[in-house]
Amino acid sequence: MAFLTDRKRAMGLGSAKSGTAHHWSMTISSVALLILLPLFVFTFGAVLGGSYEEILAYYGRPFPAIVAALTILVSFKHFNDGVQTLLEDYVHGLSQKVAIIVMTCISYGAAAVGIFAIARLAL
Amino acid sequence: MADVNRGNRPLSPHLSIYRPQLTSMTSILTRITGNAMLISSLLIVWWFLAAASGSDTFATANGFLTSWFGDLVLLFSVLGLWYHTLAGVRHLIWDNAVMMDVPTAEKLGWACIGGSVVLTLITVLLV
Repeated sequence: MAFLTDRKRAMGLGSAKSGTAHHWSMTISSVALLILLPLFVFTFGAVLGGSYEEILAYYGRPFPAIVAALTILVSFKHFNDGVQTLLEDYVHGLSQKVAIIVMTCISYGAAAVGIFAIARLAL
Repeated sequence: MADVNRGNRPLSPHLSIYRPQLTSMTSILTRITGNAMLISSLLIVWWFLAAASGSDTFATANGFLTSWFGDLVLLFSVLGLWYHTLAGVRHLIWDNAVMMDVPTAEKLGWACIGGSVVLTLITVLLV
């Protein structure tokens, strides 16, 4: 251990090792959501409360359907990145790994279900 | 030097001894709102799946989401959404290493709180 210098110990031993990629990924999705979410809130909000026929007609149109599909995809990716940070902060050891795997499955699963449903409504 | 006093250093005081401050509260609120929105996101995905499945299943999901309880969940989600959005913008600003001094950071914090309430009222009026 006497041969270990400060620099040697610090090299490659940042908290997450690849944290910049994670941060940049969240930055990209956050800017995308800045555009998508207002569009989604005001399209989804406008039609929520309508009859079944109105919903089918509305999401048969390209614009609301594409906005909804993109919003679901990007927000679940953004959520997955965010919840991973939350779990890394508060949960440790094996539970942390299990929790991150479970939340990743939920995120991608929910995104797939949402996009499938919108595709079926739209087509 | 490299291995002197590893693991035997004094720890800095942790969260519990600090008075709650606007900057720390607005920070933790960003995390809470972001993660709590999983609930409304899953409800909305359920609503879309139900709509794609047929009129009977749609009636169940739509009935829940448009009930008073569904409205309440969506109202808080919209408030949380706008708060998280504004707080996210604040982080995008901070990423450029500007406006990080305490008085400005506190002003931005109040802007997030006030702005999210205003945007929620606008959303409720328009939707």
